[in-house]
Amino acid sequence: MKTFDYARADSIADAVAAGGRFIAGGTNLLDLMKLQVETPDKLVDISRLDLNRIEERADGGLTIGALVPNSDLAADPRVIAKYEVLSRALLAGASGQLRNKATTGGNLLQRTRCYYFYDTAAGCNKRAPGSGCEAIGGFNRIHAILGTSDQCIATHPGDMPVAMRALDAVIVTQAPGGDKRRIAIGDFYRLPGDTPEVENVLQPGELITHVELPAPPAGRQLYRKVRDRASYAFALVSVAGVVAMEDGKIASAALAFGGLAHMPWRDPAVEAVLVGQAPSDAAFAAAADALLAGAKGFGTNDFKIPLARRVLTACLKELTR
Amino acid sequence: MSLIGTLLGREETRSLTMDQPRPHSLLDQGTQGVIGRPLDRIEGPLKVSGQATYAAEYPTDNLAYGVLVRAPFGSGTIRDVVADAARSVPGVIDVVTDYPTFIRNPQQGGEMKAPTQGVEKVDYHGEIVAIVVADTFEAAREGAALVHVDAQPANGAYVFAAHRDQAETPPPDQIPPTTSQGDVDAAMAAAAVTVDATYTTPSQTSAAMEPHASIAHWQDDGTLVLHGSYQMVASDQSQLAGALGVAKDKVRIISRYVGGGFGSKLGIAPESVAAAVAAKKLGRPVKVAMARQQVFDATVRRSNTEQRIRLGAGPDGRLTAIAHETLATNLPGEDFFEPAGIGTHFAYAADNRLVDHKLVRLNWLLAGSMRAPGEAVGMLALEAAMDELAEKLNLDPIELRRRNEPDQDPEKQVPFSSRQLVPCMEKGAELFGWSDRHAAPASDRRGEWWHGIGMAAAVRSNMLQKSSARVELTPEGRAIVATDMTDIGTGSYTILAQIAAETLGLPLDRVEVQLGDGAAPPSAGSGGSWGAGSAGSSVYLACELLREKLARAMDTAPESMTLKDGRAIADNRAVEIGELVGDGLSALGEIAPGKQEKSFNQASYGAHFAEVKVNAVTGEVRVERMLGVFAAGRILNQKTARSQCLGGMTFGIGAALTEELVHDPRNGKVVNRDLGEYHVPVNADVPQIDVHFLDERDIHANPIHAKGIGELGISGAGAAIANAIYNATGVRVRDYPITCDKLLEGLPG
Repeated sequence: MKTFDYARADSIADAVAAGGRFIAGGTNLLDLMKLQVETPDKLVDISRLDLNRIEERADGGLTIGALVPNSDLAADPRVIAKYEVLSRALLAGASGQLRNKATTGGNLLQRTRCYYFYDTAAGCNKRAPGSGCEAIGGFNRIHAILGTSDQCIATHPGDMPVAMRALDAVIVTQAPGGDKRRIAIGDFYRLPGDTPEVENVLQPGELITHVELPAPPAGRQLYRKVRDRASYAFALVSVAGVVAMEDGKIASAALAFGGLAHMPWRDPAVEAVLVGQAPSDAAFAAAADALLAGAKGFGTNDFKIPLARRVLTACLKELTR
Repeated sequence: MSLIGTLLGREETRSLTMDQPRPHSLLDQGTQGVIGRPLDRIEGPLKVSGQATYAAEYPTDNLAYGVLVRAPFGSGTIRDVVADAARSVPGVIDVVTDYPTFIRNPQQGGEMKAPTQGVEKVDYHGEIVAIVVADTFEAAREGAALVHVDAQPANGAYVFAAHRDQAETPPPDQIPPTTSQGDVDAAMAAAAVTVDATYTTPSQTSAAMEPHASIAHWQDDGTLVLHGSYQMVASDQSQLAGALGVAKDKVRIISRYVGGGFGSKLGIAPESVAAAVAAKKLGRPVKVAMARQQVFDATVRRSNTEQRIRLGAGPDGRLTAIAHETLATNLPGEDFFEPAGIGTHFAYAADNRLVDHKLVRLNWLLAGSMRAPGEAVGMLALEAAMDELAEKLNLDPIELRRRNEPDQDPEKQVPFSSRQLVPCMEKGAELFGWSDRHAAPASDRRGEWWHGIGMAAAVRSNMLQKSSARVELTPEGRAIVATDMTDIGTGSYTILAQIAAETLGLPLDRVEVQLGDGAAPPSAGSGGSWGAGSAGSSVYLACELLREKLARAMDTAPESMTLKDGRAIADNRAVEIGELVGDGLSALGEIAPGKQEKSFNQASYGAHFAEVKVNAVTGEVRVERMLGVFAAGRILNQKTARSQCLGGMTFGIGAALTEELVHDPRNGKVVNRDLGEYHVPVNADVPQIDVHFLDERDIHANPIHAKGIGELGISGAGAAIANAIYNATGVRVRDYPITCDKLLEGLPG
């Protein structure tokens, strides 16, 4: 671990002016620092900021402070009642101890669990740009099949952000100058392209302060996660779904996917195939076709393509039941 | 440490070599009533309150911190370890290299000689080649990341499939690689029903909770005291002394508590030698705790295997042929092979038999013993093949095994010392509700899940090793047991206290057990499930001698005296034991294996039952419940024995479903180097597990009539799960672990 400076922020203004990496729960960053995958010169501790409340807004939505722990968010009665997909996604992630420490803002920024990213002896364009991607041609069971580049095939490992993507969450930030931004989650993450080290649109020093959930969506909600053990494993494939039915037909559909891409994946083409259709094997197959049209396996993750198809189909059956 | 014996020269010693059965045991006559009871671990409160001191936790003055440096390539020769940048880190004292002395490979358990040394040559990715020493751990770690290892790379063998055809027969060591009798090929050709199937298992790692750690502290007299986390203190001392080029009596290892070993701490690992070399050079004590990733990279793995099983049977299900041929892997020059066929020698009767092992040389880290070497993966193959045969014969799997029950060791033609495989299966069938099983696979669908039930047999050879212990009785009426035996989480402290308490008639809280100190009488150590039988017998023998001394002090015969609650009772007199011992009594007990291990096949047995559900959409497997019924001689403590079986069965879940140490095909590097990605079963993977013991005494095993249990629970456990998966889905996956992707294609609609 490299020596670093530590500062504790007493206000959001302090935090963004401090010029360092933010740390709250530290459940991901500290591990990466110990391995020298991350080597910040300065940590700015934001854990004491007043950002740990969940508040209802006049439009019926929720504003979630960036420091709300995963455990609290999952257990919030309003979240359980109206955003079931989010509560279930949170509980599908990590372990009880980690969820107690992990925060809403930090969880959005969780970094990939690619084995080669974690090993400083391996080539990894995300960790060390220009050093290559050893996951390609190596063991890539947990890697992406959608939106990959020849520079990087890592996945975003989160569960919570997948649910937020299906819920059209908005990420609220504050920049060092004090400017606030509201960023739709669909615009927040980036695909790896030629710069896999850049994972989102945050600017240096910009702090996530809140996450806004729109008013609760109509219809059924579901989060389903497939993994290699029953707990404490990242998704091979996960689906966050919100589907509303009207007159026996799909009136609206929001489907986001984890474990498949560099970011929580959502493809309007999948939803377009479904809206207006009556539930049927053919409609579900068309949705899976749309999802996986550009899918590409890298050897040991080839199974994710048929697995994603099966899981999406089962989720759609459940959501349109 | 008692001075009594040593002042008088040779201590009074009770030695026993197991040449004859020992039908009489004091443990059956004790009146203290502690043996066998489900007592809590006596060191448990220390452990849960943080007061049990593990290797890396000993407060040491003037301590320097070492962090190990790896070779980041799979094969080659080191040209230079470039350490200028590391040396410039504030707090870094030195970067120490000593190519000839550092160990290239860890050592196997029980070996007395030094492991392979010389790290100028690198044989596997992650080999430890240097140590950075600093005033703080943080500085050492920062320095270690700045060391550059300059190397001349060489070609290596990194892919099993590419080298499997160059398999070689390992030299015969303790375990002969090949045995055969009759003509398997002819019997297979003539058999009415046959199975010929190949199963594969991946590399696995022990993943003990406590990483390997050492504090090396050279004393003024030139002795090295090493606080280490090791399972076999006496042979580890010998290995370490050999590696350092000092006399054996100049190394003392202290290993009082071990946070899990599972074989990975049987022999010495790189951190002990590196710490000792650095401590010598710096003239101050050095601590090294390996990082989790280093434990995975550079200690020891269980070999991957490819196992071909051939079974031939008559229409009645009676086996005419059994062949179990295994390919295992290891480093060049390392001859340990995973003895996957070890249980097949005697599990079932058949006239024509073949057990064979070959080694494929790969540049992957050392392969060595991991919990139940042999049976753990061998039974995954044999017992799945038996399930396949049962189906072909349209026979119940238990009935098939019953029909092939041998009346003596089918190879060596000697009797079994005790064998209750059939009673274990019968009891298990009754307790588990085996009769509810649908014989036809894929016939129990509940919602999205396929349900199924499977069983498998468990066999595990029993071993006795030379072991000694001192037991001292103090004037306060307390007993002190001292031996270099270790407790790796198994319950050694507790069962040794129970044996002393039972035989000496003392309440348990008046027995103190001192373990893991190389200055104490040498023991068998913890390995091969022999600890309880071996160390336990040495304590028993010492206590037997003390009883005779107490009887003399009571002026009576030992058999006329009762010891209970700290008092000796004979001839209508009751005297406090403390009043009978003068300044204190001491005795040494020594047990050694003898003719009984050749005259009898000694093994423990069991039967596993598992119910699983398999998701029809995703192929995810969840174990719903498990039962293990075991017969392993006398159960010394129902609670710690049960815990051993629970742990073994949990290993079985891992082997069947989740655990795979992955090697990169380009350099052999361990890819999944942490507990996040090497998937041991977590709580949510482990269902209700029931353990049931059959009553048994084995008078041929040792004077306490107990047999090994630490490795029995894993033997066959995973096969019961695999067989249950087949019963649930009709899909037979022969490539372990059975992850969801391997089931997807074959799942019924």
